Amino acid sequence: MPSDTLEFEEPIAVLLKEIEALSMMPQTDQRQQSIDGLYRRIESIRGEIYKHLTPWQRVLVARHSNRPSVLDYVNRLFTEFTEIAGDRRFADDHAIVAGFARYKDEPVLIVGHHKGSGGDTKQKVFRNFGYAKPEGYRKALRAMKLAEKFQRPVIAFIDTPAAYPGVESEERGISEAIAFNLREMAALDTPIVVVVHGEGGSGGALGIAIGDRILMHEFSIYSVIPPEGCAAILWRDSARKVEAAKALKLTAPDLLGFGIIDEIVPEPIGGAHTNHELAAALLDTALERTLASVSAMDPVTRLETRYQKFRAMGSVGITEP
Amino acid sequence: MAWFKKTKKPLASSTAEKPSRVPEGLMVKCPGCGQVIYNKDLEKNLAVCPKCAHHFRIGAAERLASLFDAGRWTEHFPDLTSNDPLKFTDTKPYRDRLRSSIKSTGLKDAVIIATGRLDGLDVVIAAMEYSFIGGSMGVVVGEKITRAIEIAVDRRQPVIIVSCSGGARMMEGALSLMQMAKVSAALARLDRAKLPYISVLTDPTTGGVTASFAMLGDLNIAEPKALIGFAGPRVIEQTIRQKLPEGFQRSEFLVDHGMIDLVIDRRELKAALARALRFMRAQPAPVEAGTPDAEILVVAGAVEPERQN
Repeated sequence: MPSDTLEFEEPIAVLLKEIEALSMMPQTDQRQQSIDGLYRRIESIRGEIYKHLTPWQRVLVARHSNRPSVLDYVNRLFTEFTEIAGDRRFADDHAIVAGFARYKDEPVLIVGHHKGSGGDTKQKVFRNFGYAKPEGYRKALRAMKLAEKFQRPVIAFIDTPAAYPGVESEERGISEAIAFNLREMAALDTPIVVVVHGEGGSGGALGIAIGDRILMHEFSIYSVIPPEGCAAILWRDSARKVEAAKALKLTAPDLLGFGIIDEIVPEPIGGAHTNHELAAALLDTALERTLASVSAMDPVTRLETRYQKFRAMGSVGITEP
Repeated sequence: MAWFKKTKKPLASSTAEKPSRVPEGLMVKCPGCGQVIYNKDLEKNLAVCPKCAHHFRIGAAERLASLFDAGRWTEHFPDLTSNDPLKFTDTKPYRDRLRSSIKSTGLKDAVIIATGRLDGLDVVIAAMEYSFIGGSMGVVVGEKITRAIEIAVDRRQPVIIVSCSGGARMMEGALSLMQMAKVSAALARLDRAKLPYISVLTDPTTGGVTASFAMLGDLNIAEPKALIGFAGPRVIEQTIRQKLPEGFQRSEFLVDHGMIDLVIDRRELKAALARALRFMRAQPAPVEAGTPDAEILVVAGAVEPERQN
C-alpha cells in the first residue's frame, strides 16, 4: 500500500497501484485515457469515503504524516516570515515555531506546534514529533507578549499529540508553563485567532490555543486525551481506541455543537494532506474574514467577549436546579 | 505439636505503597511507618500519623473543617450537576458512575465551594473531593471554581483552592479540557484585581488541574510527599523506557525545581495561610456575628449539614 494512503483508503490504494503499473508501460493515447479514468474513479471513491469518515478515521487523517504543518501554511499565505527562537530562560524548543510575518500585507505574529510533518525521521526527531516542552510554551508567550506590546494580531496554529511527557518537562515545570499561558492569553490585549489544523492534543494544544475565535479544520481532532490513552484507562485495553475515539466526541462537527470552536475550515476532498495548495487557499478565506472581524473590535469589548466565550464553555453540560 | 498455632498472618511491615485513605473501622495501619493508630486519634490529628507524619488523604468537608474558624462555613452552588453532555459510555455509562459517586459521597460533584472565616479573615475556599471520580475536573468543577473566583472578585476576598485531583474528566471530553481555560481566565481577573490566590496542592494533583489553577497561585503550597505533576508517572516511564527516580514528582521534588513555594504539614496549614493572607492585605471580617451568606451554613461534625434558607 502506498505510504500516503490510510488503512481505510484501500480501494484508492488498489487503483493507485493500477495507475502505477500502467504508467510503467509505453505511453499510448488509449493507456493515457485509462489512467485519466482511474484518477477520476479515485476522486469519486475518495469523495464517498470522506463523506462518511468515522471519528477514528478522522484521527488517522488528522495525524497523517503529510498533513500541512504551520510552515506549509506560512509559506503559502504569509510573506516576510522571520522566525524567532528561544524562551530567554532555558532553550529553544523546535516543537513550537514562533515568528512574525505579513498576512495580506499587515504584520502579524505566528505561533504554532510543528510535528515535523512532511519531513523524514530526522526532521520529526528535530521537532520532537510536536511534543513541546516548557520552553516551547514560554517562547510562544514571549512572542505573543511582543505582539501585544506592538499591537499586532496573533495567529496560533495547533497541531500536537500532547505536551512532552518526560522527566525534563516535569523538572522545568510543564504544568506551570501551560497554566501561565492559559492565564496570560486570556488577558492578552491584542487579537488572537486560533487555527486547530491537525491534532489538538489536550493541555499541550490548549497551552497556545486561547483566543477570540477558534477555527478548526474539517478533519482535525481536539481532545482531552488521545483515544489510545482513554481506552487504556477506561477500557483497560488500548485496542479499544476506535470506541474511545467515538465516545470522546473529538471531531470538528462535535466541537462546533458544544460551542468549543467557532467555525469549521473545509479541507480538500481526501484531506489537507492530498493538496496543500488548496488546503491553504481554503484556510485563507476563513482566516482573512475572521482576522478582519476580531481586529475591528474595540479592545475592551474584545477582551470581555473572549472572557465570556470561555466562561460559557461547559454550561451545556450542567444542570442547575 | 505446638501449643499455639498462628491462625492469622503476622502484621507485616510492608513498605509497599498503599492508597492512603483512612479506612473504616476502629484502627488503621500507617502506610508510612506501619504504626497502628486509633481512627479517633488520627481524626484528632487531622489524619496525619502522630509517629511519622504521613498525611492520609482527607475529604473536602474534613479539609474545610480544618481551615474555617469553629469549623463553620457557608456552602455555595451545591446542586450543580453534570448532565453527561457527551452521553459517554465506556465499560459502563458515565451516568452510572456519576450516580454512584453522588450516592457514596453525598456530593453532586468533585468540589465544595465555601465562604467563611479563616483566622478572622473572610475567604473563599474551593476544596476538591478525590473520592468523587478521582477528583476529576469536569464542567461542574470548572463552573463552581469559576463562580468561587467571581464571588471573591465581587467581594474583594482572597481565594484558596485545595486541589486533590487526577486531572480533567475524560468522560466530558474537550468540554472538561476547556475548564482549564475558563478557570485560568477567571484567575487572570482575580490577579488583575490584586486579590490573593493561594493554591494548596495535596496528594495527588495531576494532569489538567496542575496545568491550570493549581500552578497559578500567588503562593503554591504543597502537603508533604504529595504526588504533583502533569503527566502520570506511568506515562513518563513508557516515554523514557526506564524507571523513575525515587521522589520524582513529589512535593519536595517540586520545591527543589522551583515550582512550589513551600511544603507545609497539614497541622500547620491554617496558620501558614493566615500569615500569608495578612501579608497579602486580606481584610479582617467585620466584628459583628451573623451569617453573611444565605445559602447553606455547614457546621462541621453535624450529622447532617445544617441548611439555611
